[in-house]
Amino acid sequence: MVEHILEMQSITKSFPGVKALSGVSLAVERAEVHAICGENGAGKSTLMKVLSGVYPAGSYGGEILFKGQTCSFSGIRDSEHAGIVIIHQELALVPHLSIAENIFLGNERRGKSGLIDWHRTNAEAGVLLDSVGLREEPTTPVGQLGVGKQQLVEIAKALSKEVQLLILDEPTAALNDNDSAHLLGLVRDLRTRGITSIIISHKLNEIEAIADHTTVIRDGKTVETLDMADPDVNVDRIIRGMVGRDLEAFYPSRDSKPGEVVLRVEDWTVKHPSQDRQVVDQATFEVRAGEVIGIAGLMGAGRTELMMSIFGRSYGRYISGRVFMHGKETRTRTVAEAIEARIAYATEDRKAFGLNLIDDIARNISGAALGKLSSWGFVNHHEEAAAAEFAMKSMNIKAPNVKSIVGKLSGGNQQKVVLSKWLLTDPEVLILDEPTRGIDVGAKFEIYTLINSFVDAGKAVVVISSDLLELLGTCDRIYALSTGRITGELPAADASEERLMTLMTKDKELIA
Amino acid sequence: MTMTAPKGSQMGKASPPASVVTAGTSEIRELLTRNMRTSGIYVALVALVALFGVLTGGASLGPGNITNIVLQYSYILILAIGMVIVIIAGHIDLSVGSVVALTGAVSAVVVIQYGQPWWVGVIAALLTGLLIGAWHGYWVAYVGIPAFIVTLAGMLLFRGLTLVVLDNVSLSPFPAEYGQIASGFLNGLLGGAGYDVFTLVIFAIAVAGYAFSQYRTRKALISYNQLVPSFPLFIAKIVVVAIAVMTFAWQLATARGMPIVLIMLAILILAYSVVMQRSVFGRQVYAIGGNVVAAALSGVKVRTVNFWIFVNMGLLSALAGIVFSSRSNGAQPGAGNMFELDAIAAAFIGGAAVTGGVGKVAGAMAGGLIMAVMSNGMQLMGIDQSVQSVIKGLVLLLAVAFDIYNKRRAGSR
Repeated sequence: MVEHILEMQSITKSFPGVKALSGVSLAVERAEVHAICGENGAGKSTLMKVLSGVYPAGSYGGEILFKGQTCSFSGIRDSEHAGIVIIHQELALVPHLSIAENIFLGNERRGKSGLIDWHRTNAEAGVLLDSVGLREEPTTPVGQLGVGKQQLVEIAKALSKEVQLLILDEPTAALNDNDSAHLLGLVRDLRTRGITSIIISHKLNEIEAIADHTTVIRDGKTVETLDMADPDVNVDRIIRGMVGRDLEAFYPSRDSKPGEVVLRVEDWTVKHPSQDRQVVDQATFEVRAGEVIGIAGLMGAGRTELMMSIFGRSYGRYISGRVFMHGKETRTRTVAEAIEARIAYATEDRKAFGLNLIDDIARNISGAALGKLSSWGFVNHHEEAAAAEFAMKSMNIKAPNVKSIVGKLSGGNQQKVVLSKWLLTDPEVLILDEPTRGIDVGAKFEIYTLINSFVDAGKAVVVISSDLLELLGTCDRIYALSTGRITGELPAADASEERLMTLMTKDKELIA
Repeated sequence: MTMTAPKGSQMGKASPPASVVTAGTSEIRELLTRNMRTSGIYVALVALVALFGVLTGGASLGPGNITNIVLQYSYILILAIGMVIVIIAGHIDLSVGSVVALTGAVSAVVVIQYGQPWWVGVIAALLTGLLIGAWHGYWVAYVGIPAFIVTLAGMLLFRGLTLVVLDNVSLSPFPAEYGQIASGFLNGLLGGAGYDVFTLVIFAIAVAGYAFSQYRTRKALISYNQLVPSFPLFIAKIVVVAIAVMTFAWQLATARGMPIVLIMLAILILAYSVVMQRSVFGRQVYAIGGNVVAAALSGVKVRTVNFWIFVNMGLLSALAGIVFSSRSNGAQPGAGNMFELDAIAAAFIGGAAVTGGVGKVAGAMAGGLIMAVMSNGMQLMGIDQSVQSVIKGLVLLLAVAFDIYNKRRAGSR
């Protein structure tokens, strides 16, 4: 009889309008490495937030048993007290504080007087650093360390809290190969010391190498738990579990008849703005008139970075590569040049990057095309209002009038405002980054219809999406991106979720 | 443009064109709460004028005093025009007081020490202001240092340079022509018995222009299905404004006529209101303040716009410096001290948001006048300087608190 340190039984969690988890069960043995796999949005992170008390007891359904006892955490402090520590993908370290200060932040080592005992703090930090294999002085500011070493500091911090169950959310997403290998070695080492780990990762070959069991989650439900010791279980087997569902009749059909190449990008390479790694590596792709192409990739694969760097170098540094419009090399070094070249880019996060939420619909829609709507530097209000009225009608934006404040609209209507804004610039290539994220089914359908009518008019569309079904349903061709490289290109007719997922999880070494 | 055909759209029916006369509501409470953020400030200004009129037994509304307020606070209002633009873009400028001092000093040295004509002094001061604005703009826009730091440095830097230029002493007096800028009047151009007809005619034209533009705005709002006041209320509002403005004009006309500085101020307010509301540049300023990333990704040249915002602030500071030196008939090392705070307070009382993206030139003018009427009224009442300062501080705090309260309420709806 195996001993389960953690059992989560039929966990459910709803947000207004969305059911994020609808019955997830999970059983983790003591001192094992347990992987959780699933597509973006399958509910992995929500599940871990339930477990660690970010969503307090009572806000979800089901039961959590830790070491045989029912848990009702009301916050992160409770779960940490019980010995459960979660390390998020975005590290929670204070860059200006030293390693030792970060390790004991909120848990300071005090002397008798109540003041911090610095000798004890640094000495204990030194011991913890040894145990995670990090050779740095405890007094070094965390900001001077690379991401890989910061990850180790997080683990040392967890160890200082006498962790029994360590949760790692995408721990290697931002790491290079050496750092990844060291981190995975450390997780294995913790297992021999009796510490249980739950690891969430998109890198399936890493999971294959390290996990004892893998639980697959899809659409907020547990699909299966695989024993990794079973010789039949491999990466392909996990992928089948992650994607196995039917394509819903959800995407309006379109007669695609691709014409000549409109946009071609060659050898596009981009470096991270602050770290020494390549986010996009020698990407080459093209899109034809009347064609929709998709960019598939897991989080951190470099999809947004690829498109944003092409659109006026809005991301990254040391960008190299060439952009061609209709076969002619084109400058897109600034956003204005990109718009001039008739490229439009509707951003992923419309609230943060796409809209001026405190301004009205008309002024948001005209925002990227003021040059066209003005003469002698002054905006023609009548033309602006007419353009906005036309957009509201043709896009079916539901709002009292064009003077309504954009921040008060629903997600779907906000997205339509973003699309109207870019259509007004009269683009030939429309890049849509997660065009349907967080909007309801009806608005999604309207946006797919819009994409169709846009390409029917001989224009080209590039769709970035985490939803593979959306790509399969809307695109003519799909490029797969993994760690900044284009790992394959499939006509939609030949593509399947399994084949895409295989390409999306290919690692650099496997390509070489 | 290629877009889907409207299918089953509610907008498809197209609202019937509502008549300008019949449209609108008479629900004054509804109108007030809806427009509290935009019109509350003007209501507050009128209330304050009335309050001090009563408290001073009418002295604050006398012809001489009204003229005085205009002359005394004109330079703060000029500064507030530039300041509100800086604040809308999400910046701040702490240096304007020092810039007022330095530009005034440059002008005084040119005119008084070197004996140049008055207009050479004016041009020298304006050029100095432009250079200072370009200096600030360079550090803020191209180097990326927060404006708070850049202009705090500028505040010390240009105060120091003022002392250098003036060699630590005051310079005076200016020739009489230079004094006309701030203290001159246009009087008797069209004659009049005991009152100046020219002043009255100018103001009458202004009122007519106001009524016409309000009518056009109303028509536009109705065509966008916006809630507007009913026609009688609309007329009532215009009549009230007309009476207030013409009373003001009458007081000026029976005192010394039309102040030259008021003409200058009116042109500036009009021009900058149009620039901020109608020009591409104005749009881009609001866009940067509202969401700088979205603005950049829409093709706005954020750095260029930020640069010119500060160049403009420098130019207006120089203008304020010229008016102030003209009014005080000389240049002093300590001139313009704390002017930046008055200008910033005017913008915030006038409805500008600390987070940027919100604000209006007209609002800042009302905010500046509120400060002016309060200071002036309290001086007339003989209230101690210390008490005046306490009250002004509280008014600023309450005005911004009211703004934040309103925004939170709007957000929760």
